[in-house]
Amino acid sequence: MSIFPQSRRSKSQPAASAPFIEGVVPSLGAQPAEKNAPKQRWRSSPLASLVHALWRIFTLNRKATVGICIVLFFVLVALIGPLFIHTDPSAFSNDVLVPPSTAHWLGTTQTGQDIFSQLVVGTRVSILWGFATGLVVTTLSVMVGLIAGYLGGIVDDVLTLLINVFLVLPGFPLAVVLAAYVPSKGPLTVALVITLTSWAYQARVLRAQTLSMRHRDFIDAARSSGESTWRIIFFEIFPNEIAIVAAGFVGTAIYIILAAAGLEFLGLGDVSVIDWGTMFYWAQNNDALLLGAWWWYVAPGMCIALLGAGLALINFGIDEVANPRLRAETRLVKRISRFSVFRRRETQVAS
Amino acid sequence: MKHLLRRISFYLVALWASITINFIIPRLAPGDPAGALMARFQGRMTPQAVHSLELQFGISHDPLWMQYFQYLNNLFHGNMGTSFTYFPTPVSTVLLQELPWTLALVGTSVLISFTLGSLIGVLIAWKRGSFIDGVLPPLLTFFSAIPYFWLALVSLYILAYTLNWFPLNGGYDTSTTIGWNTDFLLSTLKHALLPAFTIVLASIAGWMLGMRNAMITTLTEDYVLLAEAKGLSERRVMFSYAARNAILPNVTGFALSLGFVVGGSLLTEVVFSYPGIGFALLQAAQNSDYPLLQGIFLLIALAVLGANFIADLVYVVLDPRVRVR
Repeated sequence: MSIFPQSRRSKSQPAASAPFIEGVVPSLGAQPAEKNAPKQRWRSSPLASLVHALWRIFTLNRKATVGICIVLFFVLVALIGPLFIHTDPSAFSNDVLVPPSTAHWLGTTQTGQDIFSQLVVGTRVSILWGFATGLVVTTLSVMVGLIAGYLGGIVDDVLTLLINVFLVLPGFPLAVVLAAYVPSKGPLTVALVITLTSWAYQARVLRAQTLSMRHRDFIDAARSSGESTWRIIFFEIFPNEIAIVAAGFVGTAIYIILAAAGLEFLGLGDVSVIDWGTMFYWAQNNDALLLGAWWWYVAPGMCIALLGAGLALINFGIDEVANPRLRAETRLVKRISRFSVFRRRETQVAS
Repeated sequence: MKHLLRRISFYLVALWASITINFIIPRLAPGDPAGALMARFQGRMTPQAVHSLELQFGISHDPLWMQYFQYLNNLFHGNMGTSFTYFPTPVSTVLLQELPWTLALVGTSVLISFTLGSLIGVLIAWKRGSFIDGVLPPLLTFFSAIPYFWLALVSLYILAYTLNWFPLNGGYDTSTTIGWNTDFLLSTLKHALLPAFTIVLASIAGWMLGMRNAMITTLTEDYVLLAEAKGLSERRVMFSYAARNAILPNVTGFALSLGFVVGGSLLTEVVFSYPGIGFALLQAAQNSDYPLLQGIFLLIALAVLGANFIADLVYVVLDPRVRVR
């Protein structure tokens, strides 16, 4: 995992890899802040502006629309799917290693467990822990990033050092080492290990953004009108960084779901809990591929890939909404401007 | 120069932090792994024998701060203890044995992935809005959103198990003798092809998208416009003007990922049963081989820190703006 460009913070986000984010996120943050005048942001609460931003992204960009639909589908399955499952996902039966059929939609395992019910029940565990961990990681990085960026001075020096140290520590190997030492294995352990090893990248991005926002006029105004420090940080600065935070959350969620599946595949989670990662573990442990039982792998793999792709699409959407240069040009513009010179000028105007 | 000194002192702090974390984690864990190991021998051995084993494994009953300095001192002399799994081989020997495999396989794959990905990124940014630009990014993103080990397992099943094009596992043919002979080298190449292919497939999207997005930004710069107005050839504008400036973030990313090469692709090595650091790390984790676990983590941390430092240096050379600041 770790050798990929997405490695960590770098290796973290599959689609939103380090070189990718480095190039895009700064501009992503800068533009909404300028476009949506802070005046308008003042009146709306952070939640309302988040909903507003999400709706804007949902309607403005086709990639984001597709991505959001995919993610919503999985959330729906996680919420109500298990209610429709009447077969016990861990019950053994005599139908051993049956390929997909009408009786068993996605086939059975070596002990005759129904893979479809495992998958649906497992979706709840995987999605719940993935998003919950993503939320914790994002909260942590928002706190550290904003406080370091706004307060400056010695607090900033200490927090920045902390961020940088965690940034250079190799995350996935550290997660493996940690998971090996912790005696009680389970989703909570995996979540804690991943939280500890993945908050720093987002914190650095947010710190840089906060630093650039610290001396804007509206912050000075808030300060001179006597607003408390924490109010300035979380009610004046934070709403302006919501696009970066959202993109960061989505990227972190991808990383967490992949990393959790990876750790569990290696047998470092609680193998008695049914979720996508442990399904891989049992498939691998029973040599499913050598027995020709491809369906055992295909089901959870497809789910993770689809969910990951959906989240990545949302991130593309956020990027494109925030950074118009990345948007594909409309056909009309293309037809009018035959020469690249004109085309460039067109994009310059647009951005 | 001042910039450089600041960076160096930061890396020294980071180095100290990772060594200390490496020291603390096993001792924070509830239960005493070494003690548990010793308990297995208790009652079956004379106290003298237990004591000599303790010495060999580096288990001491000194206060924690003394252990810490002993640990630092040992590290300084390159002594990382004795592996439990490969007893009585010292950890450093195990590491040296596994390192070349990882470096060769993962290093080459990362290099290929970086070069190919950046090149494709340049091309699709140049032909922005074309069919290929619409198809490649989502397709390759899908591949990188697939859990890597799953991608590896499926290619193993299809290409090696069903079609029999590649060997199923291992790093070389066991019938050959290890050494610099053609038979052995050919068999290592044959065994490395499939793992390398999966690494490239899974990682190429990141390089490509990074390059594409940076390219699109530089393409709107005035100097590119000027170069076109001067009537320079398309290739020259594309590579010498636009791509040359757009590649900066990717180069840093590349230097960083070199650090992770040493850690190996743990999952690659596990799926393909390929010898290397990652495989050893998992085995150490499963067998509670704490000295080996610590040694491997330290090696990976060192490599990552080194790569970060190189990335900093490279950036200073490539981007004059950093020097001014």
